[in-house]
Parts: sequence; structure tokens; C-alpha cells
Amino acid sequence: MTGILFAMQGAISQGILWSIMSLGIYITFRLLAISDLSVDGTFAVGGCVMATLITLGITPLLATTIAIIGGAIGGLVTGLLHTKCHIPAILAGILTQLGVYSINLRLMGRSNLPLLKLNTIFKQIEAMVGLSQTNSSLIVGIIVVAIVIAIMYWFFGTEIGSAIRATGSNENMVRSLGVNTDSTKIIGFMIANALVALSGALVAQSQGYADVKQGIGAIVIGLASIIIGETMIRKQTNFAIRLCMIVLGSIIYRLIIAIVLQLGLNTDDLKLFSAILVALFLTAPQLIKTKKGGVHHA
Amino acid sequence: MLEVRHVSKTFDIGTVNETPVLKDVSFTLNDGDFVTVIGGNGAGKSTILNMIAGVYPIDSGEILLDGEDLTNKKEHERAKYIGRVFQDPMKGTAADMEIQENLAMANRRGKKRSLAWGITANEKAVFKEELSMLGLGLEKRMADKVGLLSGGQRQALTLLMASLQKPKLLLLDEHTAALDPKTAKKVLDITKEIIEKDHLTALMVTHNMKDAIQIGNRLIMMYEGKILFDIQGEEKKSLTVDDLLHKFEEASGDEFTNDNVLTKR
Repeated sequence: MTGILFAMQGAISQGILWSIMSLGIYITFRLLAISDLSVDGTFAVGGCVMATLITLGITPLLATTIAIIGGAIGGLVTGLLHTKCHIPAILAGILTQLGVYSINLRLMGRSNLPLLKLNTIFKQIEAMVGLSQTNSSLIVGIIVVAIVIAIMYWFFGTEIGSAIRATGSNENMVRSLGVNTDSTKIIGFMIANALVALSGALVAQSQGYADVKQGIGAIVIGLASIIIGETMIRKQTNFAIRLCMIVLGSIIYRLIIAIVLQLGLNTDDLKLFSAILVALFLTAPQLIKTKKGGVHHA
Repeated sequence: MLEVRHVSKTFDIGTVNETPVLKDVSFTLNDGDFVTVIGGNGAGKSTILNMIAGVYPIDSGEILLDGEDLTNKKEHERAKYIGRVFQDPMKGTAADMEIQENLAMANRRGKKRSLAWGITANEKAVFKEELSMLGLGLEKRMADKVGLLSGGQRQALTLLMASLQKPKLLLLDEHTAALDPKTAKKVLDITKEIIEKDHLTALMVTHNMKDAIQIGNRLIMMYEGKILFDIQGEEKKSLTVDDLLHKFEEASGDEFTNDNVLTKR
């Protein structure tokens, strides 16, 4: 029993740290209506850049900040490939994802970099406040998520933020109102991947290592969190609550994973399980819609 | 005001689908001109509007607005001076955003966007007043998503958005064609009202000959990528649908058939 409870607490704090990535994916996937696959790459960028810098003796906070910038640069590359080189968004994202794999390897000099003997944000908090490791990652996670949601709520209410949202809704109209939609898309890509990298850096610090493969399947996890979160809200829901629900979606996703692992699912089968789960969650709203539509027509 | 000089455009150059849509088109609009543009399918009416707006680059020629060369300016740069309403009511507004958010976006036409709040309390008051003038009750639904509105309501809103910042030129591309007759008339009335009130210069593409004759001070008829004739002043005032058909046959040497999809209604 205590095993399950411990797993649950771990799942919640993991869910919160990963939710920052989901919030980033929400920007491209929902607000810009673009599927950005660079996420799998920039998530690893976050972990790898952060770990490399910490081993070089840079403070965890600064290392994480630079990791965020690394993610934003990844987003910039995808954005430029998509808007200026007219490469379809999905392919542009795959190119970035593939390219940064080598960059991450070069940076770390190996595929996996342990942080066990090194300082991390979580260890600093633990030492400062005297918390357990799980608690400190939970608290750091909650604080960071609250800040991210506050900033997103503010930013997407500004003139630039509104223009980004409108670009996802009706690109032609936005251009006809004098906005350069290449710019709005690039800014969106950058902010999204900056958040993804922040999440990657925090997840790596809480796990105690960075790995070039840590981003594999990240996009799927992000989408799952968004879709689970959205099942709990209505169409006209306030933007801040919408974002909070994505965080909740991310936590629920982690809890589901923790439960199936406790029930004896082999960790090797986890990715297949996640893929099936997301496919189901993506299909369900369509099925419900058709069913409702049928009722209306009757 | 607007000078279109020797503009030509061919789509899909070098392919089997190569279609010349504009052939050496030239005309000049004077300040305050309200021009209706009429012509059959493929005459180049919508294309000339899109060329002026900068949706596609032109192959040759020049487009000037108040002496400023727009020829090589991008669509979003020209948008500073040009307001547009499209045939498809879905095209002119962002469905996922509120009515007031759409208006706020339009109110920043041609201005640099900053990190200032996207909509101010002052603006909301102005929008409320402007919306109430449409007479559609939209002033009571400012926080509703535009996706909840009907096609006619969306076109009226798009018109308001296009004229909010008093554009130098208003381009209307068959903006009532997708609406039912009653709604089309209402939107057309709003169009006339706005253009008159703000003394706008406008180009309105239409399929409807009667509208083309009754509305505006000038009429341009296009045929196969060229301007067939350009009527204004007294001559336009006394024009009838039969005159128009006669003129068309005379100028084009072609018989006016239903294929040209013009309605006499």
C-alpha cells in the first residue's frame, strides 16, 4: 500500500514538471493550430544543455535559464524552416528534432550524463528548506507552473499574444489586418519550445540525469495531457482555467501510467500503451460529437 | 488615389494549367469613388482585388496608392491602408475569438503590436457604440465568440472591422454572395452606410447587375482579364440592365449567356 502511495506522489510531481511541456505544446497545437514535432528534440535540449552546464560548474538556476534559451532557439529554427523555407510544419519539426539529437550528443560528449553528485535546483531547495526530494520537486514544480500560467495568461492577452491566437484561428484575416503571420508563428514556436526545454531541464534534474533520448515520445505525452485536460472543460472556459486543466491532465496521465505499472505493465510496453491511450483520447471526442450530431438530426 | 498601371497576371505559368487572368489592366480611382466591378466567372474581378491587396505578386505592372508604390509590398504591409471583406463570411473574422477581440485586432490595423493589453476599456465603449449602429444586437454580445454568429452577422462585423481604422481603400469581394437575399440586402445597406459616413474609396465586386448599377458612382465591367468598359457620372445614373447587356455584347462580341453567371435580379 505504501508503495502505491509513494508511486502516486511521485506521479503527481512528475506530472507537474511535465505539464510545463504540455503548456508549451498547447501554444503550437491549439493556439497556432500547428503540430510541432520539434518538441521531442527540444525537451532533450533542455535536459542536455542544463546537465552540460551544471557539470561545468554553472549554478543550476543559470543552467536552466540557458536551457530555456536553447529550447527557444530550437523553436526559432523550426519556425524559420516552416515560414521562410515553406517546409510543412510537421517536417520542419522533425528536421529540428533530428538535428538537435547530434547537437545534444556533442554537447554532453556521451548519451547520458548523471547529476547524482552535482547540485540541482531541487537539491538546493531541499538543503534550504529541509524537504524530502519528492516534496521539493512537487513544490518547485507548483511554483514554476504557477509562474508559467500567470505569464501565459498575461502574454496571450497582449496585442502580440492576441495576434498569435488569431493567427491560429484565421491566418488570412490576421494578414489582412496588417500582421506579419510569419512573425507571429515564429514567436509562438519559440515560446512553446522554451517551455518544453524548461520542462526537460526540470525533469532531468528531478530524475538525476540527462539523456539524449529523454524526449522520445514527449509530444505524445503532451498531447495526451492536453486532451485529458480538455475533456474537463467547456468551450467558453476562461483561459487560465483552461491552462490549469492541462496541468491536471498531465497529472492524471502520470497517475494512469503509475497505476498500470503498479498493476504489472512491463516498462518496455509503456510507449505502446501511451500511443494507444492517446489514439483513444483523440478519437473519443470525435465519437461523442458524431453521436450528439445524430441526436440533433433525428 | 489608386493607380493600377498595366497589371498582368498569369497563374500556373509553364504548366498545362497556365491561365492568363489579368491582361494589361489599367485604371485610376479618384478619392471617394465607390466603384462596382462586374463580370462573369474568370473575368478577373476577384484577382484584381487580390493583386491590389497583395495576396499574390503581379507578373508585370505597377500599383500605387496615394503615390506610394505598393507593387513590391507584402500583404500585411499594404493592410495598413486597405480594408477588405471577403465572399466567405468565415474568412474575415477569427471564429475562436470574441467579437470585441476581433474588433480590437482590427483597431490595431497597420500599427506596431506591443506587449500592451490587447483591448482597453476605452475601446470597448467605442466598439459598443459602433456595433449598436449595425442594428443587429451585437453590442450585447461583445464577449461572445464570433463562431456563434450567423454568416450575415459575421459579414457585418467584418465590414465594421475593415472600416474601423478608416482605410484609404476598401475592397469588397462579392461580400454578399454567400448570404440569403434578405441578409444580403441588410449587409449591402450597412456597406452603403459605412462608405457614405466615412467617405471611403471602395471597390466592390458583385455578380448582381442591378446592385452594380444602383450602387456607387462608377461601374467597371471586366471580361477575360480586361476592362471592357468603365462608366461613371450621369451615364451610370441612367444605366439599365438591358443597356449593360447590350454594351457587353457590343464590346466583347460575345453573347451574354447564363454561363457568365450574372444575375439580373
